[in-house]
Amino acid sequence: MAQAPALPTGFELPLEPRLPRIGSVDQVAVEARATDLSRRSIKREAKLFALDLAVRMMDLTTLEGADTPGKVAALASKAVRPDPSDASVPSVAAVCVYPNLVQTARERVAGSGVKVASVATAFPSGQSPIDLKVAEARRVVELGADEVDMVIDRGAFLAGRYAKVYDEIVQVKEAVAETHLKVILEVGELGTYDNVRRASLLAIAAGADFIKTSTGKLSSSATLPVTLVMLEAIRDVFEETGRRVGMKPAGGIRNAKQAVQTLVLVHETLGLDWLTPDLFRFGASSLLNDVLMQIRKEKTGRYQSPEYFTID
Amino acid sequence: MAERAGRLPVKKTYKLYIGGAFPRSESGRTYEAEGQNVARASRKDVRDAVRAARAAQPKWAGMTAYNRGQVLYRVAEMLEARTGEFAELIGDEAEVHAAVDRFVWYAGWADKLAQVLGSANPVAGPYFNFTVPEPTGVVGVLVPEEPPLLGLVSRLAPVLVGGNGAVVVASESRPLAAIELAEVLATSDVPGGIANLLTGFRSELAPVLAAHMDVNALDVTGADGDVPELERLAADNVKRIVRGSADAQSPWEIAGFLELKTVWHPMGV
Repeated sequence: MAQAPALPTGFELPLEPRLPRIGSVDQVAVEARATDLSRRSIKREAKLFALDLAVRMMDLTTLEGADTPGKVAALASKAVRPDPSDASVPSVAAVCVYPNLVQTARERVAGSGVKVASVATAFPSGQSPIDLKVAEARRVVELGADEVDMVIDRGAFLAGRYAKVYDEIVQVKEAVAETHLKVILEVGELGTYDNVRRASLLAIAAGADFIKTSTGKLSSSATLPVTLVMLEAIRDVFEETGRRVGMKPAGGIRNAKQAVQTLVLVHETLGLDWLTPDLFRFGASSLLNDVLMQIRKEKTGRYQSPEYFTID
Repeated sequence: MAERAGRLPVKKTYKLYIGGAFPRSESGRTYEAEGQNVARASRKDVRDAVRAARAAQPKWAGMTAYNRGQVLYRVAEMLEARTGEFAELIGDEAEVHAAVDRFVWYAGWADKLAQVLGSANPVAGPYFNFTVPEPTGVVGVLVPEEPPLLGLVSRLAPVLVGGNGAVVVASESRPLAAIELAEVLATSDVPGGIANLLTGFRSELAPVLAAHMDVNALDVTGADGDVPELERLAADNVKRIVRGSADAQSPWEIAGFLELKTVWHPMGV
């Protein structure tokens, strides 16, 4: 389904007149392909490999108003040793928390290789003045975040003010400098696959290291077709420019089966190169327990109960 | 009414009963029993059934005991209405009547369990001390081969009346009564997922149930062969193991699937 060329003329500004001319996404075909790929049968060694990879790719997330240092400490411990009874289960990629809890998380994961990600820029709405967003992004980096998850201003995007969205990403990217920047599109609010593709290309052009589906605050989030649309945008940019952009589906991925289906999508669209935590992450909170249950089921041969895994 | 000439009879496909629905086995397999092709459940069907029972059980346990009794009485009503079909199927009308009566008998126990099995305990201190029965959770039931209907009802009813969810492995050689009973349960206000009925090879399904970490008790009344091996598999999450009889009717049959919990409450506040 490659649209050639991915971007009408090269890969530079101005975007305003160009974005609307980006080829549209074939909704029926994208959904059919996502459904097709989700039917792949992944068993035994392949399944264990995928589950192990899913753990290593996980951004273990808590983004609640009720988050306390205690809860984040528990989450961080779980991130470092997801299954205390099985040392072969690797650590997750990162914990993702609100800015006020970055320091707590940082202390708890110190020395483990687990990174700390923080949301910024008026998460989850993004409806704040740009100077505040930039200041917040800069501050979370000072607080010790290794990765920053920013949201785009969907209001501006849907009003057609692409340049505003673009400029904001550029300014935040400047503010966080070398720190890994993930740009949340909040696909549930974008309405169409065409908008998802446009927003993906816009975020990539503005300097995103990762593009991320959702905040996790909406019911409609990282579905397989939306993930596929974003992966194809990443692939098209890679084919045109050689630049490798990462992908992070977040929200709505609750069980191991969905995670494995998503990995199949990644492998089929971008290949083995993207099957690494450097270029692919899952943003999730409840997914980890189900993956751990499936891993133990594969290893012991018996079906598991959530009773015997930590509450998070 | 005269049979219309040339009419093709609509035959029933004997399927499983999981989560209130009638799916084929996910494996697509069948086996022959009582002259019919019957679904042969796989380990994944067991997994799905346990998941359905686990999801449905809290609501069933949370209903008032009186209401649970009414629902079980409704099962008896539906079963009574289909006496003819069941009698033809199992060839014994007296057994159908006995099965109806058994449901009624256990239905009556729903709101009497706490009084009979629970207690107010004398303690040396200013406390009320109560012991109350609570459901064990999800129960795997290995139904005896015979009698095909009464054996099933005698094992299933005491599990349900206490507020448990059940995953039942039906009689292997005579499974048709179980499938018919599923249709009765589906029309009796028993919430979908509370009683799940699987047909298939017991030797294949019993170890999966016994080893399943999300099953809290296992009724081995109908187990053939290696019961110690099932007990060993069941030990990892300390399942209750219950051995009953194929034609029992006693409040102690219910007690086997209950946990007794004791609470202390200060007097005078």
